[in-house]
Amino acid sequence: MNNFSYTQATAAKEATGRLKDQPQAAYIAGGTTLLDMMKANLTEPPQLVDINLLPFKGIEQTKDGLRIGAMERMNAVGENPLVKSQYPAVSESLLLAASPQLRNMASIGGNILQRTRCGYFRDEAFPCNKRVPGSGCPALTGDNHNLAVLGVSDTCIANAYPGDLSVVLAALDAVLTLENAKGKQRQVPVTEFYLLPGKTPEKENVLEPGELIVAVTIPAAAHAQRSTYLKVRERSSYAYALASAAVGLDVQGGTIRSARVALGGVGAQPWRSREAEKALVGQPATEATFKAAAAAALQGAQPRKENAYKVELAQNTLVRALQQVAGV
Amino acid sequence: MDTETAFFETPPQLVAVGQPLSRVDGRAKVTGAAKYSAEYNHLPGLVHAVVKTSDVAKGRVTSIDASAAQREPGVLAILTHQNLPKPAKTAETKEGQEAIGMAVQMTFMPLQSDQVFYAGQPVAIVVADTLEHAQHAAAKLRVTVTPEAPVASYQDPKAKLFNPGGKPDADAEGTKRRGKAAAAFAAAPAQVTATYTHATNHHNPMEPSATIAHWEAADRLTVYDATQGVSWQQRALSGYLGLPQDQVRVITKYLGGGFGCKGPIWPHSVLTVLTAKAVGRPVKLVLTRPQMFTSVGHREDQEQTLRLGATKEGKLLALLHEKTSTTSQWDDYAESNSKMMGMLYQCPAFEATTKLARANVMTPTWMRAPGEAPGSFALESSMDDLAYQLGIDPVQIRLRNYADKDPSTGKPWSSKSLKECYERGAELFGWSKRNPKNGLTRDGKYLVGWGMATATYPVNNSQGNARVRLYADGHAVVQVAATDLGTGTYTVITQVAADCLGLAPDKVRFELGDSVLPTTNISGGSMGAGTFASSVYTAAQDLWQKLTKMAVMDAKSPLFRAKPADVAVVKGRLQLKANPSKGEEFAALMKRGNMTDVEGFGQGKYGAGYETGLATGPAKSDDAGKEDGGGHAMHAFGAHFCEVRVDPELGTIRVTKWVSVVAGGRILNPKTARSQVIGGATMGIGAALMEQTVRDPNLARYTNANLADYHVPVNADIPDLTVEFIDEHDPYVNALGVKGIGEIAIVGTAAAVGNAIFHATGRRLRDLPMTPNKVLAAMSQPV
Repeated sequence: MNNFSYTQATAAKEATGRLKDQPQAAYIAGGTTLLDMMKANLTEPPQLVDINLLPFKGIEQTKDGLRIGAMERMNAVGENPLVKSQYPAVSESLLLAASPQLRNMASIGGNILQRTRCGYFRDEAFPCNKRVPGSGCPALTGDNHNLAVLGVSDTCIANAYPGDLSVVLAALDAVLTLENAKGKQRQVPVTEFYLLPGKTPEKENVLEPGELIVAVTIPAAAHAQRSTYLKVRERSSYAYALASAAVGLDVQGGTIRSARVALGGVGAQPWRSREAEKALVGQPATEATFKAAAAAALQGAQPRKENAYKVELAQNTLVRALQQVAGV
Repeated sequence: MDTETAFFETPPQLVAVGQPLSRVDGRAKVTGAAKYSAEYNHLPGLVHAVVKTSDVAKGRVTSIDASAAQREPGVLAILTHQNLPKPAKTAETKEGQEAIGMAVQMTFMPLQSDQVFYAGQPVAIVVADTLEHAQHAAAKLRVTVTPEAPVASYQDPKAKLFNPGGKPDADAEGTKRRGKAAAAFAAAPAQVTATYTHATNHHNPMEPSATIAHWEAADRLTVYDATQGVSWQQRALSGYLGLPQDQVRVITKYLGGGFGCKGPIWPHSVLTVLTAKAVGRPVKLVLTRPQMFTSVGHREDQEQTLRLGATKEGKLLALLHEKTSTTSQWDDYAESNSKMMGMLYQCPAFEATTKLARANVMTPTWMRAPGEAPGSFALESSMDDLAYQLGIDPVQIRLRNYADKDPSTGKPWSSKSLKECYERGAELFGWSKRNPKNGLTRDGKYLVGWGMATATYPVNNSQGNARVRLYADGHAVVQVAATDLGTGTYTVITQVAADCLGLAPDKVRFELGDSVLPTTNISGGSMGAGTFASSVYTAAQDLWQKLTKMAVMDAKSPLFRAKPADVAVVKGRLQLKANPSKGEEFAALMKRGNMTDVEGFGQGKYGAGYETGLATGPAKSDDAGKEDGGGHAMHAFGAHFCEVRVDPELGTIRVTKWVSVVAGGRILNPKTARSQVIGGATMGIGAALMEQTVRDPNLARYTNANLADYHVPVNADIPDLTVEFIDEHDPYVNALGVKGIGEIAIVGTAAAVGNAIFHATGRRLRDLPMTPNKVLAAMSQPV
């Protein structure tokens, strides 16, 4: 770990100002991703700007939907009664993640920005195009059993976001509020926040230098209230998803009126599948419909030797999640 | 001599032994008072070392740029192969190996040349005044290794397979035979042929390996080391350093788990000692968690092909086993899977062959039940196949092949209660309600299945010493240079000593973990409890003999002029066997003689048996593990019963019910013993369902060397395990009849899980770990 200075900001302006002065500085909230990476010499910010005192708080129903301050902690949101009753998939995704200790520390903003668990990215001894652009990607022909099959490129097949929450956010049309150094705020849908690797896997999202995540807003909807998050992993707890599905359905009289689908663990980013949604809306809520939707979601998958199983696993996971939500 | 024999015929009155005493060191652990090896921070001038390791798996160090690192604050030394003091000997020579002894597992010592043979090999050591300074400077240090193409494993197309037979290394056995197995197999009416693979596994104890080296004088060294055996470590270090053994002291008061990886001596311990010599100050080195994957060995990646031939009634006619595994560039190590295959069932013809491939990895090592754990996965899965093929209940087919004598030696068993394990296990589990057809039990989305498997582990207890000091005021100090891995050694030996001395356990203090104490073997191979208990027992006998001699010569004693052989000791009272009312308490005798205390010294009897030990006298401690010295074959046995729920669409497997019944001789403490079995079964379920270290096939470097990505079971993976012991009295294994239970519970566990999966799904998974991708692949195949 490198030497670094540490300052605490009490206002957004102060925090963004620090990063304007020192563009290599990093924000620190819960630190559950950043400190791991610093200890492994994967990132070496000369300065940490602590944003834990920023007033980005609150879990409340607004006219636009559920607004969650970026500095709220994962457990607080996951256990919130409003979230549990109106946005169950959000709560489920948070409580299935990490461990209670980590969830008590990790912020919502930090969760959205967590980095890939690709073993080649996490070990500086390996080449990695995401970490050192142009150095190569051993995962293409190596250990890719838990890497992505959708949205990948021949420079990077990492699931850049390995977590759970953003999969649900992508499904439920959540919008991020961002604030830059000038104090100007903008709204970016989660589905447009993450970038596909293409030839620049080092660029993972649309955040401008120094820009902060202030809040995330999830529109209220029937499909949000009737939503679930299903996670498949190699052990029962404290493991990243091999595949996961966030789904929301509005079913009336056996017919699907609206549907929201996103997949985790299998995409280069949280993978919203509008193809699957198209295959669901207007159709009867049956296994046949769900299977057709799952097939549509995995169209275009680019599996490799060790992760080929994910094509089937992701489809089965999605079908199961849809069955659970539809109650069939 | 006649008095000695008489004493040995008199077992101690067991009062404390067999009781579920809570850990005597529990309070020290939960309050933080227990000091682990990395916690001796009071040493004057203690400084910190950090190991810099090679990124690549093969190559040569072509440049070292220490300029930036040297400028960092607090840096005291940067040591590489160019300037690290050399050890007096290494295990690379035969002479060195003899001096270093049993503890050496990897003969290669890093930092002796510019050559790099495995990823994670130490290439430099940075010493600084604080850990943080050392870490930071290590990050600034540039060691360039020019890479060459490595061999990643036995599966690498570049790998060359060889049969290690003929070499004296007992770990890799070459070829073993009895009868004409190939012909018997070819003629057998029922045949099962199958190939199994086992992923690389790492021990991952909670406590990382750590060494503090303190040169108290130019030729006198004290080492605080996280080791399973202070005596072994002492001898090894004295060999490496060319010092008399008594000038090296090794201390390990508490150990946070070992599972075998802290049994041998590894380079980091030696390098820390050499570093301390170079900087002239006490040096502390703690391995990082990623370094734990490349510094202390592992269970090797391996493939086994097993052929079973049997009669239509399920009686085995032939068993042929081939194993191929990965080893290092120097050592012919392979865990001995065939040992248990040759002895578990009655089978007239048997052949086992080991093949190795050299790869760019460090030397593998003992990991909980080395050989028995992966071997039992193959054997017990194939036995299950045979049972289904012939329509015989899995327990029944094992009973039909029950070995009344050890088939590998022809010797009678010292004791064997495996039938009782099957019976009790089946009863506890409800096995009689099993549906004989597989794939027929559903619970909603889940397929439910039951499976069972046999467990066995040899009795390896061996020579060791003990000292017992009994004070006239009625308390005692008992000393053995043993280690407690966290398994309960402090507690069970306190119980044994209490009964041998006729005292309450709280009047006994058991001291261990220091090489100045009486030399003994490591805690490993399930031999700790048996060895330490026997040596403490014999030390207590020595003490009572001394007091008896005093009494019969003391005119004021009621036993004056009695024959020593006529005197018995009952709960601390010396009395005539024929007339127990005639005698006195030890305290009265000692006080009359103005003795504050009396000492006894004992040597535990050699592992081939208490009976044989008496006849042949003690053997060298180096002979641990040999089984052929006596008239009996000695093994613990057990049976596991497992229920799984398989989600056929998502590929997930959950163990939902578990029963283990173990016959392991005398159980010294049912509470700590139960914990051992729970731990062993849990580790086995981990190996079955999730544990694997993945080595990149091109770069031969691990991709998941951390505890987030190397999965060990969490609480949610493990159901409430039912554990029972069969009451067993074995007069041969050792003085206390202890067989040892540290390893047996992991044996057969993966097979029990796999057999339950087969029952649930009709699909046989033969590749460990049985992760969701493999379940999905199996489910897509026809039954």
